[in-house]
Amino acid sequence: MKTTLHTILGAAALLSGTALSPAFAQDIRLGALATLEGPFAQSGLDGMRGVELAVDAFEGKVAGKRIVLVKESSNAKPDVAVAKTRKLIEQDKVDIVVGPLSGGEGIAVKEYAKSVPSKTFVNGTSGAQDTTLRDPAPNFYRFTLDGAQWQAGLGSYAYESKGYRNIAVVSEDYSFPYSQVMGFQAEFCSRGGKISQKNWVPVGTKDFTSVIAKLPDGVDAVYVLLGGADAVNFLTQYYQSGGTAPLIGSSVTVDQTVLSSKGAFKNKVLGMISAGPVADSNDDPKWAAFVKAYKAKYPDGLESPSLFAHGYYVSTLAVLQALEQVGGRLDDGQKAFQAALAKTELTDRSPTGLIRLDENRQAVADNFVTEVAQRPDGAFYSKVVTVAKGVDQALGMDRAKFLALGPASRDNPSCN
Amino acid sequence: MRFYILLSLNALTVASLYFLVASGFSLIFGLLRTVNMAHGAFYLLGAYVGYDIASYTGSWLLGLAGAAVAVAAVGLVMHLTLLRTLSGDELRQALVTIGFAIVVGDLLLARYGGITYQFAPPEILYGTTPMPVIRGYPTIRLVVIASALLVGLGLWLLIHRTRLGMLIRAGVDDRDILSAMGFNVQRVLVLVFALGAGLAGLAGVIGGSALSVSPGEDARFLLSSLVVVIIGGMGSLAGAALGALLIGFAEQFGLAFIPNYATLLTFLLMVAVLAVRPQGLLGRG
Repeated sequence: MKTTLHTILGAAALLSGTALSPAFAQDIRLGALATLEGPFAQSGLDGMRGVELAVDAFEGKVAGKRIVLVKESSNAKPDVAVAKTRKLIEQDKVDIVVGPLSGGEGIAVKEYAKSVPSKTFVNGTSGAQDTTLRDPAPNFYRFTLDGAQWQAGLGSYAYESKGYRNIAVVSEDYSFPYSQVMGFQAEFCSRGGKISQKNWVPVGTKDFTSVIAKLPDGVDAVYVLLGGADAVNFLTQYYQSGGTAPLIGSSVTVDQTVLSSKGAFKNKVLGMISAGPVADSNDDPKWAAFVKAYKAKYPDGLESPSLFAHGYYVSTLAVLQALEQVGGRLDDGQKAFQAALAKTELTDRSPTGLIRLDENRQAVADNFVTEVAQRPDGAFYSKVVTVAKGVDQALGMDRAKFLALGPASRDNPSCN
Repeated sequence: MRFYILLSLNALTVASLYFLVASGFSLIFGLLRTVNMAHGAFYLLGAYVGYDIASYTGSWLLGLAGAAVAVAAVGLVMHLTLLRTLSGDELRQALVTIGFAIVVGDLLLARYGGITYQFAPPEILYGTTPMPVIRGYPTIRLVVIASALLVGLGLWLLIHRTRLGMLIRAGVDDRDILSAMGFNVQRVLVLVFALGAGLAGLAGVIGGSALSVSPGEDARFLLSSLVVVIIGGMGSLAGAALGALLIGFAEQFGLAFIPNYATLLTFLLMVAVLAVRPQGLLGRG
């Protein structure tokens, strides 16, 4: 009932934003694009919550101008993301777009951004490396880490603290997982770890038992990169099939969308390690304040904001902070605003430590290595074990050397 | 050896699940000549309703029965209110079922959200059954295979050994003559529709226990049902079984050996059947 009411209110807000108040000169029109349909609907919903929280943090105003939020939904398909971004720009006349959410979408929107240089595009949470690493768009900014950066700290923790030497990989088959596996390998393989088998499965696979049957005996651990329902299915089937090797999770495998799911599989994921831009148990007071604001506004939201809520939140914050700095001026093809945005650093407002941009307008920020733990009330959460500080896009390597590794793919870089 | 036995068992499990959903779909098509595009929605509705009943009563079996009954009732109402008024206009009926599926899918998303649900079947079903050679196999998946066998047998008996079955078979062959001979065809249609819907609801609980429940499963099972009956032959029970088996094996062996193209394999199979035998392997021409 509540959800329905929210939907109606949201639709009314949308209508009033688009139809009833056509472009007052003093309004700033902010578009938000996330996946409210398709396989990542839950994640997209949480992303939108992040945008709303950021606008709330500025009380809906910047430099005396009202922020008019226009929401749009894609479904994780690149062509749809571009069509919806184009709609936001051309029909809804937004000045700035925050989004998209998913890897392939990000690359497509970046390409579109090049054709409208007088508008500004700020990534939501999409994490494909090449959105900013190779051939970047001058008006596309990413205040979140990419898929490879999100794994910083995990490879060395798995190798040194857990003592894993030889592992197998089960992963979805598209650009974001390639980046994540590359990020994990950067530390794990350079220390001498080996990956004896990589299984790439189509997104949306529900029955993994045949892949599980194929996993080699005697590996120290299995690295799993699956999201949402696919992850829940894999975890259940893995333990039902008698799997005993410990699991290593990607940034999306054991996030709150999975840990909040209902099912018996959860008793088995205790102690599973993973890494990503957020950790539920972060004891930074600014993180606690963010969680408090999230839970106050969305009592029916997740147990703790997901990386999607966080990503959209910091991205929108960055936009608003830069707008404040230029007094809300977006004239002259947004030149002053874009220059300010490129120099924007999130310090006091960021719930997860300093976030700044490199020369490709890609974030440099902290990353968290976590372990799944259980609260006394039974809820599952991710507990920080180490923090990788100021992770850059080259993962600490020499940038030229990193670029020479080539784009991440199924087999590149190799590690066996 | 162990690997191939496991693969075959997995394929059988998936095939069983597909059969459970597609048998009702095929039955409805055979008699109504309507492609019921809401069949996937029935599956998802059954899964969620069953989950609510099971977690409220604490009994998985009650959830199973409740889901079947509830979805059969929804099917009954849908047929009486939406489809009957369009009787004889198959295209419009199909369009109405698409609309119904979209509405139900969105209502379920609003009510249950995007998170994944998993049933908590009785402890005895959740563990592993020891078996020779392969050491053990998840019990719940053996339950899936067993229930498909039971449902298949039940449907066969119904169709070949009862009066209602006789009417169904006659209706599949020639509805008009059956009606002209004084039988109440409409009543048979309603019963078959409710039965097909109930089977989808039942499959929702079984599928939700062996795999999981989340938005999008409706489209997935509608698609699989379509492919199964296209391969097996529309309106044929044995065809649905054969189609489900072929798809199950193609999918699982594909996933094990050529994971990137596993989905493609299913559709290649469909294209091949359509090219050689457009009415389906066991369909009547």
